[in-house]
Amino acid sequence: MMLIKGVRLYGEGDPVDILVRDGVIAEIGPWLDAASTQELTDVEVIDADGLIALPGFVDLHTHLREPGREDTETIATGSAAAALGGYTAVFAMANTDPVADNAVIVEHVWRRGREVGLVDVHPVGAVTVGLKGEKLAELGTMARSQANVRVFSDDGHCVSDPLIMRRALEYTKALDGVIAQHAEEPRLTVGAQAHEGERAARLGLAGWPAAAEESIVARDCLLAKQTGARLHVCHVSTAGTVDVLRWAKERGTKVSAEVTPHHLLLTDERLATYDPVNKVNPPLRTESDVQVLREALAEGIVDCVATDHAPHAVQDKDCEWSAARPGMLGLQTALSIVVETLVRPGLLDWRGVARVMSEKPAEIAGLPDQGRPLAVGEPATLTLVDPQARWTVRGTELASIAGNTPFEGMELPGVVRTTMLRGRVTVSEGKVQS
Amino acid sequence: MKHLLSTDGLDPAQATALLDTADTLKRTLLGREVRKLPTLRGRTVVTMFYENSTRTRVSFEVAGKWMSADVINVSAGGSSVGKGESLRDTALTLSAAGADLVIVRHPASGAAHRLAGWLEGTGTGVVNAGDGMHEHPTQALLDAATLRERLGTIAGRRIAIVGDVLHSRVARSNVHLLTALGAEVVLVAPPTLLPTGVESWPVAVSHDLDPELPALDAVMMLRVQAERMHGGFFPSAREYSIAYGLNERRFNQLPEHAVVLHPGPMLRGMEIAAAVADSPRAAITEQVRNGVHVRMAVLYHLLAGEEEAA
Repeated sequence: MMLIKGVRLYGEGDPVDILVRDGVIAEIGPWLDAASTQELTDVEVIDADGLIALPGFVDLHTHLREPGREDTETIATGSAAAALGGYTAVFAMANTDPVADNAVIVEHVWRRGREVGLVDVHPVGAVTVGLKGEKLAELGTMARSQANVRVFSDDGHCVSDPLIMRRALEYTKALDGVIAQHAEEPRLTVGAQAHEGERAARLGLAGWPAAAEESIVARDCLLAKQTGARLHVCHVSTAGTVDVLRWAKERGTKVSAEVTPHHLLLTDERLATYDPVNKVNPPLRTESDVQVLREALAEGIVDCVATDHAPHAVQDKDCEWSAARPGMLGLQTALSIVVETLVRPGLLDWRGVARVMSEKPAEIAGLPDQGRPLAVGEPATLTLVDPQARWTVRGTELASIAGNTPFEGMELPGVVRTTMLRGRVTVSEGKVQS
Repeated sequence: MKHLLSTDGLDPAQATALLDTADTLKRTLLGREVRKLPTLRGRTVVTMFYENSTRTRVSFEVAGKWMSADVINVSAGGSSVGKGESLRDTALTLSAAGADLVIVRHPASGAAHRLAGWLEGTGTGVVNAGDGMHEHPTQALLDAATLRERLGTIAGRRIAIVGDVLHSRVARSNVHLLTALGAEVVLVAPPTLLPTGVESWPVAVSHDLDPELPALDAVMMLRVQAERMHGGFFPSAREYSIAYGLNERRFNQLPEHAVVLHPGPMLRGMEIAAAVADSPRAAITEQVRNGVHVRMAVLYHLLAGEEEAA
């Protein structure tokens, strides 16, 4: 048994105690230990004075790099980073080596995740064989495997062929699945290095135009509407995409969307140093895109935050810009960026944080036991956040093997103190409990 | 000055000092049988070219040798670069081996900036000899030297840069330098060959060359690379030549004093008519000649400048 003392649920109301028994929230109320002293003798007490309780976070977009690039991240280190970031479930993208386009690989990832046991690791299945965009992968076999795959994505690549995309959308209807699209028209981004705009043009970096994202999102929304299938848009990065999503949602399209923490904070102003730690796909956009994305997330046009956590080795980042791989770490900084960009400016309250970091992503992925309310009878899958504390990001101190964080040296608000997965403490006082 | 990475942000006084030094060096060497100054004796200059370039590499090499520096040429094909060594490791190796200055040409925009970052604290300087589509500062300096020589002044002059501005590091460096020195610059190109956001550059923009011609003091023709011709940026070489080529008819609409520049290599008949390129009003071989003096000046300011001050 465990007693969380003096915590504010969703940052609302008076502090309460939460009694956890057998992995489930057994009681919630003030002064639980005083009220029932005789019962609560063999109980572990967590002092949560000044902390906020939120349902455990769910990340729809994580690159755990195993199998294939265990020099940059493993399921174990990525799970630790996730737990430290307040996550209790992550979706591991399919662009591993070999690609997770079959039941063997997805079951391996799922099993390794269970062995590590810090977060629920749900493998994402590739939409097409080898992420090549030519032939559907065995989506049904992956769905019916032990890994129970429901989210499919060729992330890193766009399913650009409209007919393949249509078939993928249709086919996953029978699996109760969702296609998560990396929206990037490849013909418009040949050689692209950075957001197509004034800054990249001055620096001589080939442009990645906003229309390359927006045109695919528009097309896919039309296909989703036509087929009645569910579409999820990965890492929305432009104001124009927000317009398309608003329009599609208004006409009843089953579309959801995510935004990354880095697209909520950083802009292409970062290009000036040519430091590839700022290279990411889709690229960092402009100040006005950032502002629109924040508002869209608060409003619900963009449903949730997903990290696109992408570890890379030093040699793949400490090089010239065009040779560098795109991507940045995100799991341990996501909450703090959301607090910095949305909570502090008053765009989102803590209940809103629960919505965009936990409830919505769990709903999109169809996870029955994540993103649940903090209520009696629900799984004790939660995170305790210190809203007042601040911390300074140091890539070398993060749990990931790679250290490619664009937030290096930034002092950010919001610290995860405790993470709990079905009653099991995975992080205590900011330390992983393995 | 430790590095020369770009003309963006280059102080006009500094630029003028470089041009003045180039001018002095040119006059000093004029008519000399032995064109060798002892200024940089004992200094080691390494050229590191990751792209094929005869003219720029030779120009730097001659500049170094005329200043008595030891010049070593490294080309990507014949070194460990070809074996996949990173740019960072190559740079640190050359620095450790005693290079006082590394002159780099690289297909990646920003490569010279990265190099300067990695060499921080080693005492090795970096000259950008062309990085991707970003900058080629010594080309802009030699263009400015040539214009100053021909026109007397740069301030107030109207200079057109014609052609593939989008992919051109020469154009970017010239825009920064010429506008900093007070020139009016007009970029002339089809919309597909102009960079995004060019409206915010301190230049005029036109898609039509003919009406610009009578008011120009100089016209700089840019090279059209073969891959652009096949990349759909314009329908055909023929159409490009008709719309933007500097043919004799256009040449005759320029004022008498106007100078024609081309960074080379030229596509005769396509960008520029042979008769125009060979006309006395074209300064194309002078550009090459001035290139050596400008690069001598750059080496001098980077390698000997500090000692002078001390």
